[in-house]
Amino acid sequence: MSNKPVYTIPIGPIHPALKEPILFTFDIQGEVINAVDFAPGKVHRGVEWMGMRRNPVQIVHLCDRICGICGVSHTLAFARAVEQIAEIEVPERAHYVRSIIAEFERIQSHLLWAGVAAHELGFDTLFHLAWRVREEAMDVIEYLTGNRINYGIVQVGGVRRDFTEDQFPRIRKALETYEGLVNKLVTLFLEDTTIKLRCMNTGVLTEKDALELCTVGPTARASGLKMDVRADAPYAAYGDIDVKAILPDVYADCIKGDVYDRIVVRLFEVVDSVRIIRDLMDQMPAWPVLWETRYAKILSTCKKAEGEAIGRVEAPRGECFHYVRMNGSEAPQQWKVKASTYSNQMSWLKILQGEQIADIPIIVASIDPCMSCTDRVTVIRDGSPDVMTKDTLHRLSVEKTRRLQA
Amino acid sequence: MSIVPAFPEVLRQILKKPVTNLFPARYLPKSITGFLNKVAAGEATINPPVALPPNFRGKITYDRDICIGCKLCVRVCPAHAIEFLPETKTVRIFVTQCIFCAQCNDVCPVTCLHMSDEFMLADTNRYSENLIVE
Repeated sequence: MSNKPVYTIPIGPIHPALKEPILFTFDIQGEVINAVDFAPGKVHRGVEWMGMRRNPVQIVHLCDRICGICGVSHTLAFARAVEQIAEIEVPERAHYVRSIIAEFERIQSHLLWAGVAAHELGFDTLFHLAWRVREEAMDVIEYLTGNRINYGIVQVGGVRRDFTEDQFPRIRKALETYEGLVNKLVTLFLEDTTIKLRCMNTGVLTEKDALELCTVGPTARASGLKMDVRADAPYAAYGDIDVKAILPDVYADCIKGDVYDRIVVRLFEVVDSVRIIRDLMDQMPAWPVLWETRYAKILSTCKKAEGEAIGRVEAPRGECFHYVRMNGSEAPQQWKVKASTYSNQMSWLKILQGEQIADIPIIVASIDPCMSCTDRVTVIRDGSPDVMTKDTLHRLSVEKTRRLQA
Repeated sequence: MSIVPAFPEVLRQILKKPVTNLFPARYLPKSITGFLNKVAAGEATINPPVALPPNFRGKITYDRDICIGCKLCVRVCPAHAIEFLPETKTVRIFVTQCIFCAQCNDVCPVTCLHMSDEFMLADTNRYSENLIVE
């Protein structure tokens, strides 16, 4: 073993095993991974730059497009930040509409992930089954918002479309479908011998590592960390209902923090989301859904607003964090987006260590990475594009502060 | 309990209808335009397209005569797809740039903007007549 030579294998930025561009560099000895390094920043799109040249009413639709899967989470986080700065009170019913859409998004995102995970294991039968089941959530979202993705439903100060009473039976039908499918999905994913063999004790992230690496969302919960923004700092309508962080011990006896536990957490979150939507629908208050229907008023309120705020939302992949600073002009002075993968990606270095080459795809996919949401920076001048040291970043930030002060 | 629980599920699938949307023709025709001509002539049948959801946001329609030129739609358009024409005090909308959020519909004080059901907008030219609404 030890006398085998060490090879350095680059994978990416574009590679069939990767869903999005990112560059991995593996030090491989035989079949075993010795060390991992990765370089994100390959899909930088300048979203923040675009945002700082638009007003908040325009940015909510730009937020929809940060991520194709967790569209409403980004928009919700941004809207919450702006609402805090401008001191806009969101109507009660709008909170419920936002939460219901967010939960449907969680269902479709987790089922999408389950399908991708099956595909990465080479189990394409299950991949197609999971994606067929996912269509039901997509159809309901389309029925309620008009779009399958990029819903465009959240607005600063509320939501743009209300749910009417005659839409409820369609939502209930979808929920019943998922309730009937739960046992089947659990059997298909969790009792399958292949999946057990490939996923159990693979890509283990211990509770201590998960805490030290600041992981969020299902990745952290699968390692046994009890954290969920919906329960810890309730936003929208989550304060009115009972939300608990789902840990893998709902199914297994012990928490290992392996890939199998991440499947368990995501599947049982789908189950919990169905329950949450039912609770939300039962206690939906009456209209209105928008704080102010005249957009000119929203625009002028946002223009007058001064201050800074953060918006935190539990996206399907973990905590999504938006920082907004407004200074009394049309566009925000500063807008920072931190997607959940930004927090989770460092765990790759730990969980890939000592694993086999064949397990790379499933372990990389197990944290549900979304690179295009994460990439906020790409270096195009001054120095090497690969590495930015702490000193360089510090120097750059000092320079920028001076520039702003001048 | 089977060790391969997906197997009975796969067997059950064989008896079920496909869940995917059907291709317009039953079999791939030699020539698509030929097939469409046949459909127009009533010689062949076409699988109907998937029904649109209610409140679908398709290609924008614009009623120039009611427009008062308030420029609110230009201010709220996230994609900068709307251009104001000062000579006529009307707007011009570039559909290739449009992201179909329908925000301009909501903001318009005289409701001269609407979303139609038309969604087949593919074209080789960004500035073709079909893709500029004014």
